[in-house]
Amino acid sequence: MNETITLTLDLKGLSCPMPIAKTAQAIRDLKPGELIEALATDPGSVPDFAAWCTTTGNELVERSEDGGVYRFVIRKKG
Amino acid sequence: MTVMEATNEAPAPVEIEHPHHKKLVIMAWSGDLDKIWPTFILGTTGAAMGMDTTIFFTFWGLFPLVRNDVHITGENWMQKMMSMMNRGGTEHLGLSKMNFAGAGPAMMKKLAEEHKVASPQELLEVARDLGVHLVPCQMTMDLMGLTKDDLIEGLEDPAGASSALLEAQDAITLFI
Repeated sequence: MNETITLTLDLKGLSCPMPIAKTAQAIRDLKPGELIEALATDPGSVPDFAAWCTTTGNELVERSEDGGVYRFVIRKKG
Repeated sequence: MTVMEATNEAPAPVEIEHPHHKKLVIMAWSGDLDKIWPTFILGTTGAAMGMDTTIFFTFWGLFPLVRNDVHITGENWMQKMMSMMNRGGTEHLGLSKMNFAGAGPAMMKKLAEEHKVASPQELLEVARDLGVHLVPCQMTMDLMGLTKDDLIEGLEDPAGASSALLEAQDAITLFI
């Protein structure tokens, strides 16, 4: 993926519901279509980010895990 | 022999334009730490998920909205006495079980800190930032002698049961 990521959020160590809450706060500053990257260590964030994207209409573009850090790339709803 | 057309098929599902609930209403009636915590977690998350979220604070549930620096509230001796036995504010909440005169909440807060679970105060601030409507119950304010000055800033105007039920009509409603 070669698109530019507009904002990266370090949510490592935070527990539910802060990864989602902080993402929701941060995405307000993005323009529609821009990408936000969220890095979290809470295993619950895997289903939670998927659920959050389904409900809000933001698109979960990419999801990966590396050494206990979950990475989510989300495109703000157009 | 004629082949009968199958007629026992399930009817086509009705198209629902909005498959997700768009509103969340929480009736916060308890001032216990272990009830206010999930109330703020769910309220914050609801708003983060784009739901129009309202929390009604009633009875003991209103006391967490008292400012942390306010010691005694109430106009008459009974209300004052009640507030001394049940100090308001997010920093002074007790657990519904294993309270042990405050040792329980202290341990709970320590554990929460270690696990980076946001405190009720932090969650309250995020909730306000995400536009959660925090509504104090007018009747509780009268009953307990609480004034607007006793309560934190950023609250909606106090309201009553019919406002709460009207809001709840087309919402997911939780009673915590």
